[in-house]
This record gives sequence, structure tokens and C-alpha cells, in this order.
Amino acid sequence: MRILPSLLRMLALAMTLAFAPAVALAQSGDDAFARLNADSFSDTARAIDILVQSAHPNAAVIIEALADGRLLAGGGAVAVKTKEGGFLDAKTGQALAAAPAGLNSVRLNNNVRRVIQGALGGLGLINPDPAKRVAAAEAVFRARDVSVLPVLEAAIAKESNDRARRALREAQAAILIVKTDAPPFDRIAAVDVLRERGDQDALATLRALPGDATPGLKEAQARAISEIEGKLALWRAGQNLWYGLSLGSVLLLAAIGLAITFGVMGVINMAHGEMVMLGAYTTFVVQELIRAHAPYLFDWSLAIALPAAFIVAGAVGIAIERGVIRFLYGRPLETLLATWGISLILQQAVRTAFGPTNREVGAPSFMSGAFELGGLAITWNRLWIIVFAALVFLALLAILKLTPMGLQMRAVTQNRRMASAMGIRTGRIDALTFGLGSGIAGLAGVALSQIDNVSPNLGQSYIIDSFMVVVFGGVGNLWGTLISAMSLGVANKLLEPYAGAVLGKIALLVFIILFIQKRPRGLFALKGRAVEA
Amino acid sequence: MITRFLLSNMDKRGYAFLAIVAAIGLLVPLANLLMPAGSPFHVSTATMSLWGKYLCYALLAISLDLVWGYCGILSLGHGAFFALGGYAMGMYLMRQIGSRGVYGNPVLPDFMVFLNWQELPWYWYGFSSFPFVMLMVLLVPGLLAFVFGWFAFRSRVTGVYLSIITQALTYALLLAFFRNDMGFGGNNGLTDFKDIVGFNVQAQGTRAALFAMTCTMLIAGFLLARGIVTSKLGKVVIAIRDAESRTRFLGYRVDRFKLFVFTVSACMAGVAGALYVPQVGIINPSEFAPANSIETVIWVAVGGRGSLVGAALGAVVVNWAKTMFTSGFMAPYWLFALGALFVFVTLFMPKGILGTVQGWWEKRRKPEALPAAEPAPAE
Repeated sequence: MRILPSLLRMLALAMTLAFAPAVALAQSGDDAFARLNADSFSDTARAIDILVQSAHPNAAVIIEALADGRLLAGGGAVAVKTKEGGFLDAKTGQALAAAPAGLNSVRLNNNVRRVIQGALGGLGLINPDPAKRVAAAEAVFRARDVSVLPVLEAAIAKESNDRARRALREAQAAILIVKTDAPPFDRIAAVDVLRERGDQDALATLRALPGDATPGLKEAQARAISEIEGKLALWRAGQNLWYGLSLGSVLLLAAIGLAITFGVMGVINMAHGEMVMLGAYTTFVVQELIRAHAPYLFDWSLAIALPAAFIVAGAVGIAIERGVIRFLYGRPLETLLATWGISLILQQAVRTAFGPTNREVGAPSFMSGAFELGGLAITWNRLWIIVFAALVFLALLAILKLTPMGLQMRAVTQNRRMASAMGIRTGRIDALTFGLGSGIAGLAGVALSQIDNVSPNLGQSYIIDSFMVVVFGGVGNLWGTLISAMSLGVANKLLEPYAGAVLGKIALLVFIILFIQKRPRGLFALKGRAVEA
Repeated sequence: MITRFLLSNMDKRGYAFLAIVAAIGLLVPLANLLMPAGSPFHVSTATMSLWGKYLCYALLAISLDLVWGYCGILSLGHGAFFALGGYAMGMYLMRQIGSRGVYGNPVLPDFMVFLNWQELPWYWYGFSSFPFVMLMVLLVPGLLAFVFGWFAFRSRVTGVYLSIITQALTYALLLAFFRNDMGFGGNNGLTDFKDIVGFNVQAQGTRAALFAMTCTMLIAGFLLARGIVTSKLGKVVIAIRDAESRTRFLGYRVDRFKLFVFTVSACMAGVAGALYVPQVGIINPSEFAPANSIETVIWVAVGGRGSLVGAALGAVVVNWAKTMFTSGFMAPYWLFALGALFVFVTLFMPKGILGTVQGWWEKRRKPEALPAAEPAPAE
């Protein structure tokens, strides 16, 4: 298998010869072998150029061996040590019977490595596979090795694939930028090509323009650089916005269950974070079971974990409500203390059962990896979490607005005694509401297990943020929670590049503290007398 | 006049508390210094420092009880004031190290040398002077509480909302003090102290003096809090706790009363922190953790909310139990116990140990009389 690419390269080289009359054939290959023996970096680099330009039949093998440190030279002879451990005569390509004596491997430095990179790129430029040609062109683009230019131009002339053609042109432009003796007009055109490419690499290449350039070229370069920088800044802002939305969706997931228990019921549930943690641990357990008994279901593990997490967290939530919280209605501060106690117990219970260290939760195949959208790098797990958060939000909204249970919940929220008088069993509704809020926290735990460490402290790290989101958005208002989560997430990520992660977060906390002074009931407060009760 | 202010309305419980604290403050250092190590009356320096720590917590609990038990403000950020007082003292102790640090820099503390800082930041100026530090211990927490309270009480942020933003306050400070470039030692905090007002911090005599000082400040804090809650102003404060709107309608400036009590309480917490640091030997950002502040609340709830003696008692009892628990084979179960304590106290002992015991006592003494109609503290 290993020999095939080398063969193709040799073939390619032969074709280069046929299509590139510009390639200088003046120097013989023998000169290259003498230079490889000279044990000097500059001679080695020159030897590579000669090998490429003279299209020596073994060029690809020799240069590849050189890159891997398998090229041996000494006493006028040059030998290649193959990957299998055999030896070839570099000049003829004949196998050698025994290891040649007195040869040392040819040394490399960064300059030589750069030349090698360019040469290998040059050799791959005529590969029949367009993707390989693009990759080779990229390598040449980075190496900017002037000696590859003739090969490159020949390749451009016969290139039919648009994408490969563009990549080759960009590589050519990168070389022209540093080639001081190229015609100025060509170099200005090269600046244009790079400007159109417009990424970080193009910027670096433009900055590598030597100082002796003509004023016209310099001006074109400055214009192109400022244009690219502007474009990149825009993409960066877009990327930060994306990170912000991603953080916002995480906050939404963590806070939306709290918006139900705190917002709708007025219960301060400090154990809310632990419900998220229980959801994450449920995912872990489900995955362990699947790994042990049905590995082929692994891609479905999250889908299976979702209902499980909802049931586990919801059941624990209902137990807490029936066991503790219902005795404390009307005493929110006592509720706060009691649920804090429950959160300590749950944390310690999980620590005792699963150990204090982080647990490994795997990602199914559809959630791993990333793709590029323009200048944005988007990871699949973040994208799915945003989608998931939106689905959970819509489902919750539908439950509250469209189902009889939602109707009863809203009735109890607005006027408990009247609702009771109308025949609603308020105690049961309280338990169900609390179970719903906790169950949704469990769902959040499944999602967060994909991006955060699953440890007993998982919930602790979200509880303060979740409260901030609910308080900022306004109690008893799901839309307020959505807007608040998204704006806090985006604000956090947009502040981060300027203030740093910690200062940005502090700034947001201070902002919320001040905001509460101005609007003590949040962004979207319920109006009317009900809120004063 | 002042004596009358402080001692008026003192009940038997208060006198008993004062007598016990004074006796401890006098006898424990003597037992530590004068008794030979083998004597059954000897108190080891380690035990004394441990109890000194408990008494600092007691002072913190009294300061929290002043705002929560008497004014109805549940502060979940009192640990921040405690830690700020502690940092002020810690900065003084760092400056006293002088050139004895690992790097031997006469001006900069070790961690600044380590971070390649060239000169002392401006906010460290003056912290080599003890009187200045004493002032800062009161001023820094007091000022923060004043500014925070001024905003919060004026816009009538109450109840749960206030609790949550006090928690946000201490959380923001936690994050801030973790940063190395804040100039407070970052993650490691301030430690490795050598001298306090010229005496070696580690020395037995200094420890004994610090212990006696802690008892003195606990008595002073108790008398001050007692004086406030039994004065006419205290009556208004209690009225605010029980019916804030009604008090406002009667013409009292509720926000000012709250602000006063909150600020005084923060200063007391700062003093507690300042006494805590030399006895424990370290101050780091984890003191700002919201969990610590919530734990302080449970001390008060356990001892008896709305009773200063109860708050102090709760702090000592819970922390003593914590030491017992975490030093033995029961260590992994401490959080279970603490969590259960939170739930149990809020469900079954809303008046805390002291209130419950008092209830039994009164029932036994006057079985025919109805229990005293003491209104339960409202939110």
C-alpha cells in the first residue's frame, strides 16, 4: 500500500516533465547527490530543488525519505532506508543487499523542512485525485517555496477542477508575493487573489511581502490586509455570537426548570442544580448499561437517557415536594434553607455511590465532530444542544398553554384559593409542577453531560447562574427566561474577548445586581396585585 | 449612660452568656499558659485556637442574626464581609513579614515577586500600620454594605430577591479574588504569617492573647447588638421584620433603618474575620464561597433565630459537631448530617435550640398558662 502513492508521484513527475518545458534541465541529478553528501543545510535544500526540477525518477522516494530522516549519505554514496528496513541505492533505485557502511542520515533544519514541504507539495500537484491536488496546493501555499513555481504554473495550465484550480492559483499567488523578481503586475494580481481568499493564512502571506516592493504593490497589500482584517473581525464577532447563543441555550436549559418551580410556584429550590446532576448521572448509568448489554444501541443512548432522566429527576422532585417543601409554603426563606440541605444530601449521596471523580459520558457519533460554515467553526454537540433547548422550551410552553394540567397550574399560580374553590386539587398540582420543573432539569442534565464534567459538583456550578437568569428575566414568565438566558449568554461571550472570562462574568453579576435595583421584578414582570401577595 | 444603654433590659440569659464568655476568655488562656502540659486542667494551644475559631464564627453568627433575626433581611452574602475583614488583616500580616519571605523582598509579598510585580499596588499602601488596618477592618465591609444596602433598600428589593443578589455579590467577589492580577494572592490567598504587632503569630502567648481578644470582641459585639435591638430603634427594626409595609405607612424611613442595621452587622462580620485570620493562619478566596454564607445562616437557624445568644450558641455547636464529625471515621457522612440538619431545623425547630428549650421550660413551669404569644418571625 505504501508504495502506491510514491509510484503515483513518480508518474506525476514524469508528466510534469512532459508538460513543463520551462523546467530547467541544465543541472544533472548527479549534482544533487554530491550536494546531499556535503552535510550542509543549504546544499541539502538546493539538492531538493535540483531533484524536483530535473525530475529525477527517484525524487519522490528520496525526498520522502529525507523528510523522515531515512536518507543516508556519506563517501559520495546516497542510500534510502525503506520503511520496511531494507536499503535502496538512491541514484538507481536498485535494492542493496546489505546495509551500506559509513553512511549517516542527512540532517534537517527548519529551512530544509520547509523546502521539503514545498517540494512534496510540488510533487503532489498533479495527483489524479482533485482533493489531493488541493491538499498539495495548500502545502505549497504555506511553504511559499519559489522553486515550485514552474511546476505549479504547469499544473494550473492543465487544471480542470474549479476548486483545485483556485487552490493552485492561491498557491501561485503566495509564491509570487515573496518572489521579488516576478513582474510587479503579476504580484499585484497575486495580492488580489489572496484578498479574495481572505482568511488568517492569506493575511499571514500578505504580511510576508518583502520590504523592497514597489509603492503600488505596497498600497495594494495594505488595502487587502485592512479588508481581510475587517472581514475576519466580522467573522470573529459572528463566532462569538454563536458561542453566546450556545452558552445561552445551556443557561436556558439549566434555568427553565427553575423558572417553573421558582417562577410559577414561588419556591426557591436550591436543589435544582442537583436535579441537573441527577440527569447527567442517569445518562452515565444508561450508557454503562448499553455498553455492557447492547453496544449497538450506543448511538441511541441519549435518546434512551432522556425519558429516564426525566423520570428520575421528576420522581426525586416530587418526593422532595411531598416530603419537605409542602410544609414550608409561604415561608420562602425557610424553603431556601431546607432545599439547600437537600442539595448537600444529594451531592454526598452521589459522591458516595459514584465516587468524587469525573465520570466519562460518551458522545454518540452524530454529536461529535464539527463543520465549517463560512468563517464559523460549529461543533455538532453545541448545535444539537441549541436545537434541544429550543424543543424543550416549546414543549414546556405547549404544556402550560395547551394542556388541562397547564391551565390548572396557571390557575393555582394566579389565585390559589380561588382555584381550590373551583375544585382544583392544589396540592396535587403543586407536586406535579414541581415534578415537571425537576424533570426538565433532568433533561438539561442529559444535554450538559455532553459538554461538562459529570461530577457531584455539576449542579453547584449552574445554580447561581440559573437564579440570575430567572431573576433577570422576570419571575413567572417563560419568554422572559428565554430572552434573559440568550442575552446573558451572548453578553458574556461578547465581553470575554475584551475583559477576559472572569472579569466578564463579574461585570454581568454586577450588572444584574444593579438591574434588580431598577426593576426589582425582572425584565418582564407580572402586572397586577397578584405579585404583591 | 452608655453602660445603661448596653445593659438595660438585659435578661438572665444575656447575663449568663456574658459570664460564660468572660470566664472562658479569662480561664482558657490561663489554663494554656500556666498549667503544665500533663495537668488535667491544661488546654493545648491547638484546642485553644480551634475554640478561638468557633468564637469568631459566633461573632459572625450574631452579626447575621442582627439582620436576619431582627430585621428580616436574609443575607446570603455575609461571608463576604467576614472575608473582607479577614483579607484586611491578612494584608497587614503580609506586610509584617518584611524581608523574611522566601524571596526576601523587603516590600513586596512573595506572591507579587513571583508574579514579577515591580512595586506595591496603591491599595496596599498603609496596611503596614496596625491602627490603619483596624480602621479598614471596619471600613471596607462597612462601606461595601452601605453602598450595596443603599441601592438595594432604597429600591425596596426584599425577600428572596435580596437573598439572591447578596449571593451574587459574594460570588462575584469570589471570582474576583481568585484572579491573580487582583493583587490578593489569587487562588492561594495570603498565608505564611510571621508577626502581629511585633509578636510571633505562632507563639503560645500570642495565641492566648488572640483568644482573649476574640472573647472580648464577642462580648462587645453581643452588647452592641443587644443594645441596638433593645433600644427604641430596635423596636422599629423588629417592626420592619414583622410588617414592613405597615411600618413604612406609619412614617418610618424603613430603608434607613435597614441600612443602619445592615452596615453595623457587616462591620461586626469584618471584625470576626480579622480575628479569625491570625488564629487560622490563612485567608483565601474560598471564604467568599456562597456555600459558606449559607452555612452561617444554618448556625443561626440551629441556635435560634431572633436570639443573639442562640446565634452564638448555634455557631459553636454546629462547628464543634463538624470538627467531631470530620476528624473521625464519620468524615464522609458530614454532608449528610449537615444537610439533614438544614431540613430538620427548618421543618421541626423553627425557633432553634434555644427557642425550643425555652418553650419546654415555660410549659413545665406554667402548665396551666397558654404559651407566651410570641409572634413567629415573618419573612
